[in-house]
Amino acid sequence: MQDMVEASSASPDIIPDISPGLIGNLPEIYRRLSRPALHEALRKMQLVRRFEENAEQAYMRGLIHGTMHLSIGQEASAIGVCVALTDRDYITSTHRGHGHCIGKGAEIGRMFAEFFGRETGYCRGRGGSMHIADPSKGNLGANGIVGGGIPIAVGAALSAKRLGTGAVSLSFFGDGASNEGAFHEALNMASIWKLPVIFICENNQYGMSTSTERSMAVKNVADRAASYGMPGVIVDGNRFAEVAAASFDAVERARRGDGPTLIECKTYRIRGHSRSDRNRYRTKEEIESWQERDPIKLFQTELRNYGLIEDSEIASIQTSVEEEIKAGLQFASDSPLPSTMDVTRDVYTSV
Amino acid sequence: MTFIPASEKILDIGNPDRELSYSQAIQEAMALAMEADPRVILMGEDIGTYGGAFQVTGDLIHRFGEDRVMDTPISELGGAGVAVGAALTGLRPIFEFQFSDFATLAMEQIVNQAAKLRYMLGGAVSVPLVMRFPAGSGTGAAAQHSQSLEAWLAHVPGLKVVQPATPYDAKGLLLAAIADPDPVMIFEHKLLYKMKGAVPEGHYTVPLDKAEIRRAGRDLTIVATSIMVHRALDAAAALAEEGIEAEVIDLRSLRPIDTATIVQSVKRTHRLLCVYEGVKTLGIGAEVSAAIAESEAFDFLDAPIARLGGAEAPLPYNPELEKASVPQVPDIIVSALALAQGRL
Ligand SMILES: Cc1ncc(C[n+]2csc(CCOP(=O)(O)OP(=O)(O)O)c2C)c(N)n1
Ligand SMILES: [Mg+2]
Repeated sequence: MQDMVEASSASPDIIPDISPGLIGNLPEIYRRLSRPALHEALRKMQLVRRFEENAEQAYMRGLIHGTMHLSIGQEASAIGVCVALTDRDYITSTHRGHGHCIGKGAEIGRMFAEFFGRETGYCRGRGGSMHIADPSKGNLGANGIVGGGIPIAVGAALSAKRLGTGAVSLSFFGDGASNEGAFHEALNMASIWKLPVIFICENNQYGMSTSTERSMAVKNVADRAASYGMPGVIVDGNRFAEVAAASFDAVERARRGDGPTLIECKTYRIRGHSRSDRNRYRTKEEIESWQERDPIKLFQTELRNYGLIEDSEIASIQTSVEEEIKAGLQFASDSPLPSTMDVTRDVYTSV
Repeated sequence: MTFIPASEKILDIGNPDRELSYSQAIQEAMALAMEADPRVILMGEDIGTYGGAFQVTGDLIHRFGEDRVMDTPISELGGAGVAVGAALTGLRPIFEFQFSDFATLAMEQIVNQAAKLRYMLGGAVSVPLVMRFPAGSGTGAAAQHSQSLEAWLAHVPGLKVVQPATPYDAKGLLLAAIADPDPVMIFEHKLLYKMKGAVPEGHYTVPLDKAEIRRAGRDLTIVATSIMVHRALDAAAALAEEGIEAEVIDLRSLRPIDTATIVQSVKRTHRLLCVYEGVKTLGIGAEVSAAIAESEAFDFLDAPIARLGGAEAPLPYNPELEKASVPQVPDIIVSALALAQGRL
């Protein structure tokens, strides 16, 4: 409440279109994060959305090779989680990792450059959409193997603990990934060694075409945490505030040395699994009902209702996003292609 | 591209000129086997309503129901193990890996269990299991979705490993695999799924242990596998214009290898080039070369044996790098010319 008053008094021209009762209910996270930090989070969510929409268009115009997995509809979990992290914290990501990447501070231009197979891309054009990483920012990489990143995050937490860096490690993965052995083995080790690691399940209801009802014997991925003696928290993954609040709590717990947490973000992927999905396993109505709960719109409306953003600020965020996208695409298409002479470069650390 | 039909006996072939794609041929083989034998079941990720990542199982779920076309959770190790256990006890599972790369997660069950159970138990059991692996590069899916790991499994006694290059063989080898009492691993190439070719109707089999001569020639022998058979044939056509007649052998089976066919050919041509997509070193070319070096064909060689294989690197994403990482038609032509003109 105190912060809220301060925030409003810093911008006296705001007329919050919200009842005083609602302000009393102002979620803790909106006091914890400064107004500029909240705006930046909204900007990042829009950046993820526009990055993916532009990547999709480039793909359809034949400019991008291979496939890609879009996270449209899941921006709140990616960004809501990453706001709780610092640059020295680690993440491991998934095949659906553009949001995680942007959340962890990646540059749009170098991401597009990777899609375009350029030498300036995050993987020098060797990895493509499914392997973008930015170790300088603690992003240990997306992964083509479902569940592949989960034990790696536990390893990063082990380093952080042994080396005393104070960093935490965080692994994003899907509902489907929680059916892999690697998930279960990793959670167990994280727990017995009390490692500073947070497991973020983005439960978008399907692993490719297979629904969680058809692939899991329990209702929630979070229920699985009990088997490994760690808290399992469920949040509305389309609500930035809920995701961020749970993430801050889990990160603090990890930094205190109290061990791992599993957070399950209930969300939905609006696009098909990959470019070749014909959406035969779900209905149009289901997709539309989730589209109504667009995380960006929800967050924007909530900020507006709490008097934390003005329409003009929303507009300038949109402009800055479009400019960043445009500059990123330009950078990528102007960048050099790798040389085929370098096919075996970087297989080993030294030649 | 049309092929000399495989030499084995064909039963109930119906219209012999009917064309199917490689993936349709595989699907037809599964459907025939499922109609004929209720013990045959399909298992894999997204093979039901989705129809499989490469649409190979397609609509089979509508014909056979979800009890026989089973979507597994994303659990390769467990899924492969369930298939091994089911095969051991009366079912005939056909297990699809979504990409051959994910077989690395299931190696335990394939290598330690499926391959060895019969032997370890003194012949008391068999594991009539079929596994299908969509393999190979060329789709821009990068290092974890583009590998050719067939030589890994071909290294394991107890497994049989085949690589169909044509729709005809895709169907016939699969039907032979289903009928076989031991675990058979079938490496399919993703870029071949849409390729069309003559596929007889009805049931027929292609032997799991025979190579096939796809083009006869006198000047050199090219032993190729999977998609490289097609590239070798294209190269052979170009070489013919230079007056060089290459014999192209589709190895087809990696375990066991049909040494006799290769030895006979090299004794006639006196030169050998091996072409395969897997990493060159310690790959299938090493085995083929050794088979010649150890045989009576060795004395007939007029030039060192040559190999063309995948680069000593993971598969890159960039399309030009990706192409440069595996043998292409011009690479085969250059190597074959050097070999035939005695420049090696
Ligand atoms: C080990 C492994 N198995 C299967 C796949 C193929 N695959 C890629 S993504 C995916 C679905 C993953 O589902 P989930 O973990 O829920 O993540 P989502 O795609 O829903 O974000 C599958 C089956 C893979 N890449 N790796
Ligand atoms: Mg999912």
